[in-house]
Amino acid sequence: MSRGPETVVEQPVSGYAASARRPGGRGLSAVLPGLPQLLGGRWGTGAMALLTWLGMGLILAARSDRVLAATAGGWDQRVALATLLLALLASWIWSWREVAEADRLKTVGVSQWDLAVRAFSKNRTAVAGMIVIVGLYLVALLTPFIAPHDPNTQYDLLTNRLVGMSAEHPLGTDQFARDVLSRLLYGARISLSIGFVAVGISVTIGTLLGAIAGFFGGFIDGAIMRFVDMVISFPRLILLITIIAIFEPSIFLIITVLGLTLWPSTARIVRGEVLSLREREFVQAAEALGYPKKRIILRHLIPNALAPVIVAATLGIGNTIVLEAGLSFLGLGVQPPTPSWGTMVAAGRNNLLGAWWLSTFPGLAIVFTVLSFNLVGDGLRDALDPRLRS
Amino acid sequence: MTQYVLRRLLGAIPLVLGIATIIFFLVNLAPGDPTLLLLSPGVTDEVIQQMRENFGLDQPVHIRYVKWIGAMLTGDFGYSFTHSRPVADVLMDFLPNTLILSASALLVAFLFGIVLGTIQAVRQYSAMDSSLSVVLLFFYSMPSFWLALMLILTMSLYARNVWGLPIYFPASGMMSTDYEFLSAGGKLVDRVKHLVLPTLSLALVLMAGIARYMRGSMLEVVRQDFVRTAHAKGLPERTVVFKHALRNALLPIITLVGLYIPFLFSGTVFIETIFAWPGMGRLIVEAIFQRDYPVVMAGAFFFATMVVVANLVADLLYAVVDPRIRYE
Repeated sequence: MSRGPETVVEQPVSGYAASARRPGGRGLSAVLPGLPQLLGGRWGTGAMALLTWLGMGLILAARSDRVLAATAGGWDQRVALATLLLALLASWIWSWREVAEADRLKTVGVSQWDLAVRAFSKNRTAVAGMIVIVGLYLVALLTPFIAPHDPNTQYDLLTNRLVGMSAEHPLGTDQFARDVLSRLLYGARISLSIGFVAVGISVTIGTLLGAIAGFFGGFIDGAIMRFVDMVISFPRLILLITIIAIFEPSIFLIITVLGLTLWPSTARIVRGEVLSLREREFVQAAEALGYPKKRIILRHLIPNALAPVIVAATLGIGNTIVLEAGLSFLGLGVQPPTPSWGTMVAAGRNNLLGAWWLSTFPGLAIVFTVLSFNLVGDGLRDALDPRLRS
Repeated sequence: MTQYVLRRLLGAIPLVLGIATIIFFLVNLAPGDPTLLLLSPGVTDEVIQQMRENFGLDQPVHIRYVKWIGAMLTGDFGYSFTHSRPVADVLMDFLPNTLILSASALLVAFLFGIVLGTIQAVRQYSAMDSSLSVVLLFFYSMPSFWLALMLILTMSLYARNVWGLPIYFPASGMMSTDYEFLSAGGKLVDRVKHLVLPTLSLALVLMAGIARYMRGSMLEVVRQDFVRTAHAKGLPERTVVFKHALRNALLPIITLVGLYIPFLFSGTVFIETIFAWPGMGRLIVEAIFQRDYPVVMAGAFFFATMVVVANLVADLLYAVVDPRIRYE
């Protein structure tokens, strides 16, 4: 990939900057976030800001009792409160600043990342995926305010067991008379956080080891890459269930094990990038200047090898969510009664004919989450590769 | 060429030994004594000691390691705690069932994946292309175990009990209970019927990935000069697509076989568990839960070796098919 760190491309004044500078644009944004964007003809961003703001406002109005009680509640309620306030504030400030920035005009020049952002925002399906992901994380964080019921409360077993969809229980109840929708919402927190944290761990390890292997070469390279070959040859699931079955299954074990087993593919990608980067002039200049190796790796090589890693990480989050759900499905993941999408699908297995909603909805939740991550990953790949940009 | 094959084969040996080492230490350094799980709580220490000696568990780890590697190289995988038979025999019972399932899934996945990907590429940007893209991405994002449950729900349970359809597929096992009393043709139909749902659950997810890849590969070939030349000299569309473009687009697909084998094996773990299919995936899962370490080690080793071999075969095939590859 041919990308220097400080490439600056001069860009003419973009078209929308002029159109967003309509009279009253700033005044309106003080009232409703997203409105100036909508008036400027940019439906996507405008609708997103407006919907976020309206959604937060709706929660604040409809669940004011829970929101008020949150300050004295557990940590998850406090997180939800913080998210609510931040999202309200952020949608406002973002909308205002975006217009202000468009006013100021781009005279400085455009970095490679700006170009990538521009290419990405033109890709409609990828943006849609991004919106779904942001929405999912918001919902997961705000679950204590949104969920209609407590996820672990068992209602009257005689009348409420395995009841289909109704106003009281929008997605029905399970075999313990618990509300499926509430469990689904609480389960989102497990799936989304495990995917994020595990991929974070594996990307960090993989990037560092891959860069070290590619930079030093020789024996270090051989040792690291042969180990990578071995781990990649394992059917990942077999490795995971062996490790997890040996120890006691818990959320922390799963995050650790997933994080520690997924890094080899990242290491391979980074090594390949570093191998070509280290022949480039700016790296050779850094070496000639006598910079320490640590600085060259961390400041010069890794930032320039990151683009394919970001793509792989985004797609990896989707894969990790599926893996975690699979482990939970086998009973090796999150332990009951904590709700998780995988365990919910597994629990519905025994009542497939009588209560189809038990397995169907958590599975659909997995599919749409993973689908969104895949869409964003595809979009990022197209946006970050200059050869694919038109 | 011969030299290239030999070098690749020699390179695979340390890889396989390394994998064996990882498996051994992973399983043997784990906490928990397998003998305690097999015995009833009241037995005396002497019996436990005797049992540990029988299984060779009283020796230190490094001695067990050398012995295990040595035995494995001679084809002796040890003795299963729960099946009370040599592990090699147990594996031989379960292996063919997994192979049947994997082979049929691979066949379906590649056949439909290649066809769909080609259709998409030939009709790029058409409504057909974009709608297929969405559907395929949907399947691509799907956990195979959920797809299996949904297939059971619709094509087995609801088809039979609720909608009363004339055709429905069995949801578990490899054959019906009255299999022995069926005619030869009936036996075949029964087998195939039992194979349909597990195969589909495995294949549809793989198929989506293959089709995505095939579309990209085909698009790359279609843009090349020799295809334009073929069009220019007035060849019919069909000849250009099938004779000139498709053959070249299929080349990179060969590497996918090696890439997808690990996915396939991971898939069989769920699918065999759900469909009560007596194969390797289910065997390993059960062995892990029962701490039947010899079976776990042999099974994991077997799967990992298959992956190494599949990668090797894919690389070699690629070198054979594509004359542009140099065997340096």
